[in-house]
Amino acid sequence: MATLEQPKYTKADFESANDVRWCPGCGDYAILSAVQSVMPTLGIPKEKFVFVSGIGCSSRFPHYMNCYGFHTIHGRALTVASGVKSINPDLSVWVVTGDGDGLSIGGNHTMHAIRRNQDLKILLFNNKIYGLTKGQYSPTSELGKKTKSTPMGSIDNPINPVSLAIASGATFVARTIDKNVKHMMEIFKEAAAHKGTAFIEIYQNCLIFNDNAFVDYTEKEVKDDHSVYLTSGKPLVYGKESDKAIKLNGFSAQSTGAKNGDLKNALIHDPTVKDKALAYVLGQMGVENPELPVAFGVLRKVEEPTYQDRLLDQEKQALSKKPNASIEDILNAGDTWVVS
Amino acid sequence: MAVTEDKHKNIEALEEATIRFAGDSGDGMQLTGGQFTNATAIVGNDLSTLPDYPAEIRAPAGSLAGVSGFQIHFSSKEIYTPGDILDVLVAMNPAALKANLKDLKPGGMLIVNTNAFNETNLKKVNYTSNPLEDAALQSKYKVFGIEISRLTQLALEGSSLSAKHVDRTKNLFALGLMCWLYTRPMEKTIEWLNQKFKDKPDILDANLKVLKAGYHFGETTEVFISSYKIDQAKIKPGKYRNITGNEATVLGLIAASKKAGITPLLGSYPITPASDILHELAKYKQFGFRTFQAEDEIAAIGVALGASFAGGLGITTTSGPGVCLKSEFINLAIKTELPLVICDIQRGGPSTGLPTKTEQSDLLQAMFGRNGDSPIPIVSASTPGDCFEAVFEAVRIAIKYMTPVFFLSDGYIANGSEPWEIPDANKLPNIEVKFRKEKEGFSSYLRDEKTLARPWAIPGTPGLEHVLTGIETEVTTGKINYDPANHDAMVKIRAKKIENIENDIPDIKPVFGGEKGDLLILGWGSTYGSICAATELLIASGHKVANAHLRYLNPFPKNLGAFLKNYKKVLIPEINMGQMNMLIRAKYLVDSQGLNIVAGKPLKVNSITEAAESLLK
Ligand code: SF4
Repeated sequence: MATLEQPKYTKADFESANDVRWCPGCGDYAILSAVQSVMPTLGIPKEKFVFVSGIGCSSRFPHYMNCYGFHTIHGRALTVASGVKSINPDLSVWVVTGDGDGLSIGGNHTMHAIRRNQDLKILLFNNKIYGLTKGQYSPTSELGKKTKSTPMGSIDNPINPVSLAIASGATFVARTIDKNVKHMMEIFKEAAAHKGTAFIEIYQNCLIFNDNAFVDYTEKEVKDDHSVYLTSGKPLVYGKESDKAIKLNGFSAQSTGAKNGDLKNALIHDPTVKDKALAYVLGQMGVENPELPVAFGVLRKVEEPTYQDRLLDQEKQALSKKPNASIEDILNAGDTWVVS
Repeated sequence: MAVTEDKHKNIEALEEATIRFAGDSGDGMQLTGGQFTNATAIVGNDLSTLPDYPAEIRAPAGSLAGVSGFQIHFSSKEIYTPGDILDVLVAMNPAALKANLKDLKPGGMLIVNTNAFNETNLKKVNYTSNPLEDAALQSKYKVFGIEISRLTQLALEGSSLSAKHVDRTKNLFALGLMCWLYTRPMEKTIEWLNQKFKDKPDILDANLKVLKAGYHFGETTEVFISSYKIDQAKIKPGKYRNITGNEATVLGLIAASKKAGITPLLGSYPITPASDILHELAKYKQFGFRTFQAEDEIAAIGVALGASFAGGLGITTTSGPGVCLKSEFINLAIKTELPLVICDIQRGGPSTGLPTKTEQSDLLQAMFGRNGDSPIPIVSASTPGDCFEAVFEAVRIAIKYMTPVFFLSDGYIANGSEPWEIPDANKLPNIEVKFRKEKEGFSSYLRDEKTLARPWAIPGTPGLEHVLTGIETEVTTGKINYDPANHDAMVKIRAKKIENIENDIPDIKPVFGGEKGDLLILGWGSTYGSICAATELLIASGHKVANAHLRYLNPFPKNLGAFLKNYKKVLIPEINMGQMNMLIRAKYLVDSQGLNIVAGKPLKVNSITEAAESLLK
């Protein structure tokens, strides 16, 4: 897409003049900065980016980008984004949502946008809490979580965002974390290059209402034992000493020793496997079975026609069958008669 | 098949007739009625139809809940309604008789399929004895008991079709018979059958045989003393087709989007009685018409609004329950000032209500059913054919004023049909779309001085990057702003912008009757036909009565207040509890009176004449 005449952008070109109003120290700042840093590298004219959001702390995002944006209503960003992209498939449409916006009130649209393979980049900021409404539990809050609305602890089972995305047939699913800016940027670039729905769960710390929700993956002392970073074609090795690996045992992942570089049984990562089962197993690790590390990186990446491809294809077919259709023809269709 | 009139024994000329075909929902009554309508249109009669079908897809066979009907009123004069009272009732089973007999006029013709009047069927609808043997029935109506099922079987003796398939063709016997009785040509039906069953020669053959058998039965038996003819109506010269309201809505949307030159996108979720618009529009991909069957009503309007943001024409179609779900998005469209057309094909409410029956009870929902002060233009259609022009207007206003617009139709005009003069596509007005291009002086809410519309700057345009939001924004910059004075100003600007549209719509004037008088009958929407017919009758009996019909429900025509004061009394008939009446009384302090019958059916002409006469006393 990049042409010679294309203006060279810098990060500053994507920063809006509006004051950023998230709480100081909020994980959202790092995500914003990572997105703004990636935009100039994508070779896409600035006016072709559109950021669509719903309601919540994360959904203020479009106001802080110097791009076209639509800050819509709670849970519905994906519907608006689907409409934008279906009228002008040439645009690069990014959706910013959160665990409440995208999985609670807007859960239905998440499933359906994904199954249609809408060509949208979905950034789901998961802070496991409602921030904007000041601290109620969210659909990703863990069982037993005490919040303002669950004084005795939550009795709802949480949902794992990537599980939902994979089950819905997402063609690109990844997980990253606010504290690892370099990783976020890599994932955003890869998502931008993907044709079809790219679903990215971003662990984001809400220091006001749910601080330290992700310390296991950010604190120097412990993070290496609790996270495994996925690289296509590489074994799943982790641990402070790179002394552990993930192997498959039937339909489950297991941790195994990888001492002395013994990687005989280690799973080699391949996100392009069509079958969803493997990505699903990786997505569950550490979330639904806490003894394993959480997987960061691209869980699934397969190629399929996008909704927009299919839409335009049908339009072309219809046009080739009836190339010269005019309003006159359709007004005068069917049985007609003349009164004189 | 050549059907010539000389085969008719004795032809009596009539001015008009109203016929209802009624049977089980599996009996093909809608199809029979539809084909009879086409034949009637070809003859050149004016006509109006009223399909009436059950809400259940397949209610138990032979039950009252499963009765499906199709009514047609046709005439050599101009007519406005599908008729209050039936001249002929064709009843295919006891349930159809029970459900419909009350609408047959005394002395009217009752044609029944006697084979269906067996013990089982009679029991299903609690007839303890066969009503056809009832002397009172025989003396009150002209009863024609015909063995339609058996005659159908006889016509197909030796056919390879199963007994079930044979029985399914009996509606064509009834159609053939009625075509003979009212001297309608069958060529179009034959053509249609040929097309429909071109790959199933045995079914085609059976259908044609039974259709002709019905016709010949009328001709050769002595059952009917005469047949009838109804001369061509003197309708305005032009080229016509028969059209339903939903079909006209589809054509209006396509024509308007072509005239605007932008890509239309319909976001819709299936709902009765609006789904046909989605089905039809999905067939016009060669016009670049994009249809999106969404996961729910909310998503449907969401994609439409996204489409408008990106420079397309966003449209959503639904009925009342769907509007409930869409209201938050309608408000976002009002706040972000994007064009959007919301087609509400009203049905009986509240809640699920009467999905297949008609009502005009979403007016106040359209007007006020949202949080905050949220003004929105409303355009309504008054007849099936009028849907074309009304929805075209909705598109024009949406684009010109950068606003969502409600288009109100209802189940009656959506499914009812009438002859429609095909408009000349070249004479349709252009709808000007002004996408903002210049960077210089751009501000997302800097308004056009005349229309107060904000600029439409679409993604992909360099230098006009901006963010729209549902949060209150500053008067010109469109930046988030919580200042009290700014909010007050914005609320008033939004109201003013919609009020201003009154300068861009025609004045109201009487349809029938004079500019002054004793009584004005004011209507809107699908009551048009009944009100016109009633007004003509009242004028003919010497009353100083006029009627006027509103297309624009928000804002109202500029002269409406003064116009109302030219009449001593105002009557507002509505198929709701007085919603328009409330708006008129509130806005103009006029002591208007309502006529409110909310029975899921069009208003009857005589209900209106009676109400008018009691006011005129
Ligand atoms: S409430 Fe939490 S998520 Fe919201 S801005 Fe503050 S820190 Fe960030």
